[in-house]
Amino acid sequence: MQSKMKESDPILEVENLSASTDNLPILKGVSLTVYPGEIHAIMGRNGCGKSTLSKIIAGHPSYSITNGDIKFLGENINSLEPEERAQSGIFLGFQYPIEIPGVSNLEFLRVSTNARRKFLNKEELDTFDFEELVKEKLEIVKMDHAFLSRSVNQGFSGGEKKRNEILQMALLEPKIAILDETDSGLDIDALRIVASGIKKISNTQTGIILITHYQRLLDEIKPNYVHVMSDGQIIKTGESDLALELEEKGYEWTDNFIKET
Amino acid sequence: MVNENLVKDVVKEPYKYGFVTDIETEKIEKGLNEDIIRLISQKKEEPKFLLDFRLKAFKKWQKMKEPDWSGLGYKKIDYQDIIYYSAPKQKEKISSLDEVDPKLLETFDKLGIPLTEQKKLTNVAVDAVFDSVSIATTFREELAEHGVIFCSISEAVKNHADLIEKYLGTVVPASDNYFAALNSAVFSDGSFVYIPKGVSCPMDLSSYFRINSGDSGQFERTLIIAEESSSVSYLEGCTAPMFDTNTLHAAVVELVALDDASIKYSTVQNWYAGDEEGIGGIFNFVTKRGKCLGKRSKISWSQVETGSAITWKYPSCLLLGEESVGEFYSVALTNNLQQADTGTKMIHIGPKTKSTIVSKGISAGNSKNSYRGLVKMGTKAKGSRNYSQCDSMLIGDQASANTFPYIKSQQPNSEIEHEASTCRISEDQLFYLQSRGIEFEEAVSMMVSGFCRDVFNQLPMEFAAEADKLLALKLEGSVG
Repeated sequence: MQSKMKESDPILEVENLSASTDNLPILKGVSLTVYPGEIHAIMGRNGCGKSTLSKIIAGHPSYSITNGDIKFLGENINSLEPEERAQSGIFLGFQYPIEIPGVSNLEFLRVSTNARRKFLNKEELDTFDFEELVKEKLEIVKMDHAFLSRSVNQGFSGGEKKRNEILQMALLEPKIAILDETDSGLDIDALRIVASGIKKISNTQTGIILITHYQRLLDEIKPNYVHVMSDGQIIKTGESDLALELEEKGYEWTDNFIKET
Repeated sequence: MVNENLVKDVVKEPYKYGFVTDIETEKIEKGLNEDIIRLISQKKEEPKFLLDFRLKAFKKWQKMKEPDWSGLGYKKIDYQDIIYYSAPKQKEKISSLDEVDPKLLETFDKLGIPLTEQKKLTNVAVDAVFDSVSIATTFREELAEHGVIFCSISEAVKNHADLIEKYLGTVVPASDNYFAALNSAVFSDGSFVYIPKGVSCPMDLSSYFRINSGDSGQFERTLIIAEESSSVSYLEGCTAPMFDTNTLHAAVVELVALDDASIKYSTVQNWYAGDEEGIGGIFNFVTKRGKCLGKRSKISWSQVETGSAITWKYPSCLLLGEESVGEFYSVALTNNLQQADTGTKMIHIGPKTKSTIVSKGISAGNSKNSYRGLVKMGTKAKGSRNYSQCDSMLIGDQASANTFPYIKSQQPNSEIEHEASTCRISEDQLFYLQSRGIEFEEAVSMMVSGFCRDVFNQLPMEFAAEADKLLALKLEGSVG
């Protein structure tokens, strides 16, 4: 099945990527290729560079690429603005979604959705048409309509924030979604809602990167590949059973790989 | 981390209303003395009581000192180097709009304020003031049917002298402050509104002030009287051409609300602010005050202050009537080298009076933005309440925001509540919005609108949309 997938072109190619912030190297030569329909999991200790990798792919201005390339659908995107990356179909689900006081969630979602639709040469939606669309998508994450009239993420519980992220993913229909610890801070019911949401949104044309510490999300969404990161590098790549092994043996086990390399 | 060039490019966004209308004007000589005041009064064919009012004010002004407590920094104003009367030349008496110089109509057209019958705004009556005189007032007949008087103050002096004599200077006495005294001495025109007993004004009333000359000051005077159980919503807009000199604008606005009357006064101020080096721009020294004279009367100020090199303005309420209500909703945005010192005074005199203050200050560039407010509970203000909320937003790291709340209470049985906050648009917030495909500029303006939402909600519909657009335009590229 995997070989069949690879007949198509990759969605995302990260090639030997090094990056730093304030002259401090964070990524030290990361390579990763995601094909349509694939689910990749990236695991590793806190501070190993997982979140940084996701932010750099999304274009966070605090990091600068010192070496290597990021290609999206074959095009180098190293110098694209974050909004250009988002419009073209890269989605980052935040570990800590940001609160934006005073800005209505509904309006935020609408402006965001329209920015993506504009890129796709689809008609932009007015308030009424958007209401229809969003109602449908709310079902996926089992969110109440009342969430829409509140300010973006303000006063949301941890679980509500994460569901709001998945709602955005559902509206934006990205080509690739990088979900940074979307499972953290969720109780078991919320985890199931989020996981089933992700499954509903993804299809054979999309790629997903799950950044996580825990096996429990991977029980719900089975990855094709598991990568272990340490000190800014991917030190081991395997299939889904690697995550299980990691859960059993702990990250100390992976320290040995570094010694080997 | 923000693209520097982008910042520079968009700050240079031209001021949309900076054009000058080429029109022959009648100007008197520069300078200020008793003779000039007599000349202004004579040109306007004023009754004696008004000339006396002006001369008395002038005497007081001569003894007063220009205030410096606000800490605003500006070049000393030479009051002898200003023209105190400037009017576009036109026929002696104009009986209809057809006789107004087409250039003037065109000017207001360009400003989005069409005055002609065919084009005039459908639900708003407009008094258009060009330099020192009122050009035209729309919908007068329709308003007259309801007994509403809406005309220029010069006209009111002629036709409703009794009302002018009764109310002028009763809310803002000539001796109130330096700029109010100056205005009382030399005011040229402005709007007059009278809403009779029991009438709720059938449409919004609006004045549009346009400064055209570079060397003349603008000193308009507005007086609004709402009789018992009447109500009115009044809007005010202002623009001026771009000159590299500073133009003085010292207006006085007086509102009087009797029993159960309500006045809502909204301003969108967009005078020319000067360029990015701080050259040129309007010096805006304005005294606005409302008197809630009657029981259960209500005066509500809402303002969006985006223009002027200097803004010095404190729309206030004197709450005399029992259970009267004062409100102040303000958004003040400063960019480049603009300075704003604005706020309100809520003077609780009568019992069970209530006031609300919501102020949102946004400072970008190298600007200075201060909220200055006074809440006073007098000895008889038993059971009165005030709620104040003052929020500041800083954009970039060169701008400054200050809050100076003064509270004086002589009545133990009253409540004063004050909340204040300061925030900054964070890189994380911007990145979050951008990572959802929202352009940088739009992300900033979304956050600023969000910050101002409590105030925008108070503005009349068409004003709110305009204010939103105006802020976005003013802020383009100012995040750095």
